[in-house]
Amino acid sequence: MEVIKIKGTDDTPTVTLDAANGIFEISGRSLPEDVAAFYNPLIDWLEAYSQSPNAKTIFDFKLAYFNTASSKMILDILMKLEDLQNNGHEVLAKWYYDEDDEDMKEAGEEYADIVDVTFEQIAIQ
Amino acid sequence: METTETKDAKGFLEFVYQFYKSMKEHEITLVYEGEITHQLTKAFTSLTESNMAKEEESNSVQKKVFHVMVECLQNISKHADDFAQNETMFSGRGIFLVAKGKDDYSVTTGNAVDNSRIADLKSLLEQINSLDKEGLTELYKKQIKEGRLSDKGGAGLGFIDIKRKTGKNLEYHFLPINSQTSFFLLTSTISRTV
Repeated sequence: MEVIKIKGTDDTPTVTLDAANGIFEISGRSLPEDVAAFYNPLIDWLEAYSQSPNAKTIFDFKLAYFNTASSKMILDILMKLEDLQNNGHEVLAKWYYDEDDEDMKEAGEEYADIVDVTFEQIAIQ
Repeated sequence: METTETKDAKGFLEFVYQFYKSMKEHEITLVYEGEITHQLTKAFTSLTESNMAKEEESNSVQKKVFHVMVECLQNISKHADDFAQNETMFSGRGIFLVAKGKDDYSVTTGNAVDNSRIADLKSLLEQINSLDKEGLTELYKKQIKEGRLSDKGGAGLGFIDIKRKTGKNLEYHFLPINSQTSFFLLTSTISRTV
């Protein structure tokens, strides 16, 4: 599968989707001008990936900030992971947050409530 | 003629001074009137961020102010163009204010809305203001699951999230512009003591 590598800016996150090396990661800030234009290619990639996924998919979420429009798209990513898990594949969503950032911690807990995906919360010092 | 011009120019400069004093009095640190674009959203948030960092505001307060500013600015940029150009003097434009008081920051937006939208806006804002933390979390989860991204890229989550992040009610006011249109003002408050 093709590799998606996007370098982050002050309003878009850094993204790596690399099936061969088992790297699935989104990090940084997300408040793109057009959320759909930024996230739809990622959702499409995950859709294609789910046709022949790795035995185990570990997705790292290392976001420092995201706006509410992005929060909807992040849920769409998690729902793709949920489909994978429901189809019998092993999935782990690792949710990183700054240990002082209560809001980011809560955001992870809420996603874990909404979707049926194994979640791990990781505080960064 | 010349004397009139001089008098007008002086009158205008006096107004600018009054305006400056008025800004100081209301502790306004940023005011903008016009079209809100994504570039401006980035410029205003980064300006405010660097000011807050200089003043050693806590990380948590900085994040909350940043968050509220982004949601408010994106609200105007997504909704202020709901008007046909030239329909009113307010079409496609809005006012954006940030004030810094001793105890809190406030972020205020104002933009024209069609009167047909007022009832929905009021009921949404009243609903949000009536909810406690748990109620807001439930509403947020319901909206993020069931809501669809609008063609303007809004998720319908902005107001809910502002109240969740600030823990303070959204204060709002509608002032009539003409028979079809009103000016919608909204203030969010962020406490400086977390």
